Formats: sequence, C-alpha cells, structure tokens
Amino acid sequence: MKHVNLGRRHWLGAGAALAATSLAGCAGLSGGPSIGRVVVVGGGYGGATAARYLKLWGGNVDVTLVERNADFVSCPISNLVLGGYKQMSDITRGYGGLKSVGVKVVQGDVTAIDVAGKKLRLAGGGEIAYDRLVLSPGIDFMADQVGGLQPALDSGRVLHGWKAGPQTVALRKQIEAMPDGGVFAMFIPKAPYRCPPGPYERACVVASYLKTAKPKSKVLVLDANPEITSKKGLFEKAFKDHYTGILEYRPNAELKELSGNVGKLEFEDVRADVLNVIPPQRAGDLARSAGLLNINNRWVGVNWLTMESTAAPGVHVLGDATFPAPLMPKSGHMANQHAKVAAAAIIQLLKGEAVNATPVVMNTCYSFVTGRDAMHVASVHQYDDKDKTFKTVPGSGGVSVAANQIEARYALSWAENIWADSLAL
Amino acid sequence: MHRLLRRSSVLICLLACAGLAQAQNAHLARNLAATCANCHGTNGHARGDMKPLAGVSAEKIVAMLADFKSGNQPATIMHQISKGYTDEQIKLLAAFFAAQPASK
Repeated sequence: MKHVNLGRRHWLGAGAALAATSLAGCAGLSGGPSIGRVVVVGGGYGGATAARYLKLWGGNVDVTLVERNADFVSCPISNLVLGGYKQMSDITRGYGGLKSVGVKVVQGDVTAIDVAGKKLRLAGGGEIAYDRLVLSPGIDFMADQVGGLQPALDSGRVLHGWKAGPQTVALRKQIEAMPDGGVFAMFIPKAPYRCPPGPYERACVVASYLKTAKPKSKVLVLDANPEITSKKGLFEKAFKDHYTGILEYRPNAELKELSGNVGKLEFEDVRADVLNVIPPQRAGDLARSAGLLNINNRWVGVNWLTMESTAAPGVHVLGDATFPAPLMPKSGHMANQHAKVAAAAIIQLLKGEAVNATPVVMNTCYSFVTGRDAMHVASVHQYDDKDKTFKTVPGSGGVSVAANQIEARYALSWAENIWADSLAL
Repeated sequence: MHRLLRRSSVLICLLACAGLAQAQNAHLARNLAATCANCHGTNGHARGDMKPLAGVSAEKIVAMLADFKSGNQPATIMHQISKGYTDEQIKLLAAFFAAQPASK
C-alpha cells in the first residue's frame, strides 16, 4: 500500500507541475504571477542576449537590464571605423528592441552588489533586489603593469580603443590627424585578452587606410606574444601581400613603460606619432568588487552548465570576464552563446527543474584584412561531463582558406544577425 | 486491487517520464538551434546574406548539414561548423527550425 501511495503522490506531483507549467505559460501572455526576478548587469553581447533569451524562453520572468551607456556600441566591426570604412552609426544600436519584448532597461552604474542579500545598489542610491543575478561586466585594464600608462590613458593622449565608443571616435581622429610619413604604433598585451584576432585586424585596416591616404606612413605592430595569437598564417599572408613596406610586425615586444611619445620595450625605445596601447586585461571591475575573481586574481571561474560563478552561487557570469574553457575565445559571439546557456539554466532553476546536461556553444570570428576582404576562425565546443568543461570537437572548426570579398559580406551579415539576436531588433 | 493499482502507478510513471523526456528534448532542440542564431537569426529568421532556416523542412536541413560534413557541398565555413554537431543533435535542431513559421 505504501508503494501505491508513493505512486499516487508522484502522479499528483506531476499533475501539479503540469498545471503550474501551463498556468505559467498563460501568465506569460497575460501578465500573471512572475516565476522570478532576474537582474542582468551589462548590456554588451553577453548581457543583452541573456535579457532577450530570458524573455523569449522564460514566459513570465521579470527581467531588468542595468547598463551604463545609452546605446549598444559593437567592438566587432569597430576596427573598420578606425580605417574609415564604417561610421559610428553603423556599429551603434539602441536598447528599444529589448524594451519592446518586456525587458526593463535601466541606464545606470552599479556601485555595489550584496551577494548574500541578493540585491544591488545603483549610483544615485536606488536598490534592486533579485532572485538570480547575471553579470556580464566585460574586461577592465591592468594599467599598472605598464609604467606611465594610467596617466597617459587618463589624459586621453594615449588611447586603447579596446572598448568601442568614445575611444573609437578619438582614435580615428588621431589617425586622421597623423602626418603623412608618421608612425602608428600598436602594442598588444600577452594573451589572454579580449578578441584574439582583433589587434592584427586593426593593424591591417589602419595600414589599408594609410596606404592610400598617407602612403609614406608606417604601422608598427609590437606584440608581447611570441607569435600572432590567432589566424597566424592568414595574417602573415595579409601583412606580406598588402602591406609590405608599410607594416612591420615584431613578436616578443612587450611594452614596459610610456613616456611622452615613446614606448619603452626591454631593449629599445619606440617613437611614434600615434601610440595605441591595448593594455593587459582582467574581468571587469564589477566582478572584482563582488569578490568573484577566483582564478589568478584575474578571471571568474564558472560552472559551465549554468554559467554560475564558482565563487558566488546565484550569480551567473558571462563572456570575456570568465576563465575560459580550453580553446574558448573571449569574443562577442561566445558571450552571446554563454548567455543562452545561462538563460536556459536560470529559467529551469527558477522552476526547480533539472538544467540541460549537454550544452553546446560555438564561435565564429570574422576579421577584415583590407576594407573589403575578410576571413574567419570557427569552433564548436561540446560539454564534457567527465571534466566538467567545454571541449572543442576534434575535426571541427578551422580558419578560411583565404581572405576574400565573399567572407567580407558574410562578416557584415554576421554582425547584422548577431545584433538582432542579442538586442531583439 | 493492489496489483491493479501498482500497475496503473507504473503506467502513470511511464507516461509522466515520457512527458518529461519529451520536454527535455524540446528544450535541447531549442537550445541547439539557438547556437545557430548568431548568423542564421533568432529561431532561424536570418537577415542579409545568411540563409534563413525557419520553416525549412527537417529533411532538407539534415541533408544540407550531411553534405557539408561529407564535403559534397563546398562551403566557406559550414563544413567546419557542421562537424561539431552529432547526427542526433542535427536531427533535433532541424526539427526545431522546421516547426518555426517561415521567414517573410
């Protein structure tokens, strides 16, 4: 009899769960009771996508997105603005799409996160409570690793251009103001950093602009790494085919100190008209102040089934701020994929259901090597239950055979589609 | 009486478990399809030069991806991406896209 009762209870339980599901489904349309409050901080590729997919998949989840900027400005494609091939308006999109699907968008700065109390404070004093928090804080800089860098960045004399927005506009102005015969010197930090192929793409498109606009000028690429960190063969070919005599690449050239217009390496001083320093990076300030940097005091460790921080349960961290799985790049595309894993998991956790045990994420990064030729690197990552991490699938992924105009069209279509997907455009 | 109840409870359990498995499969199909959305649009509604997948028959999507995997269909990138998914995963995501209303 005991056994029967268990069976009956099981049945009742299942029936109740079914009823609850269908009620929640209806409530999603009619604005009924919420299944939980999720606050997303950071409206880049990761955070915007998380907010969008929580609404798309979650029915009646209360979703608030806190973002400091009024608009989304894309880092991918921003190098084309530096080359003069695109305008800021081409890489800027609004948050109106997210508002139209029911995301509450709050423009503001988060000053503190109370992980135990499940609430956060905004500059200006307001507080927002949550059941689950999503942090997509991007990267911030470890400027103290290069002597003189912080004051040079603060004064605006030296630009990083590694967060798209006012930095992109200002760096384009410096390049335009450079005299013909001038030197554009770019400093690349040791990996890992945001967007592995990004610096080499930038070198190419800036050289492409200078080649026609200021043909006596030079691009110096000073790389702290022992070799090109992404699409090596293809970038080497682009340097040789398009920019011989204009672009010079030097490996193992780590910037130690900045002084005026001079970048000091270990054995050499580099004088340039424009110094573009991409500083060493770590997870964004917000992750640090919340005490989440539990890997090398630099990145956030996550549970890959839920994207939950291994330092703070209930806080899901996305994108560049995470300590990556093997061969997983810090890219906007990957942040969008992290966000979908997190959104699916958060909805199931709020409902008390099991999360997906076999998630998959994939990445595609296009790079332009001239104003009209692009190439890609792609990878697919399946969750490995034994090692509790994502692993690339042997035999899958790879790079282009050659940069060409077809892939440039795909690159721009990729941007249009991922912006629409992330921002509900 | 005992046997009857026991048998019906087993049946109910089987039904409930089948329902649960189906829901999990539906979520899995949805999640897998979402990995394609960065290029092929949310729920397969692509823009620009990308191929829309919404409303395309499951058989056609499975066949296209099989051709990319085998190399029968030359590609710039899909031959590399298709090899990252199992045949079972491809069947699931194809069924998801087939069930979406076609792009306008």
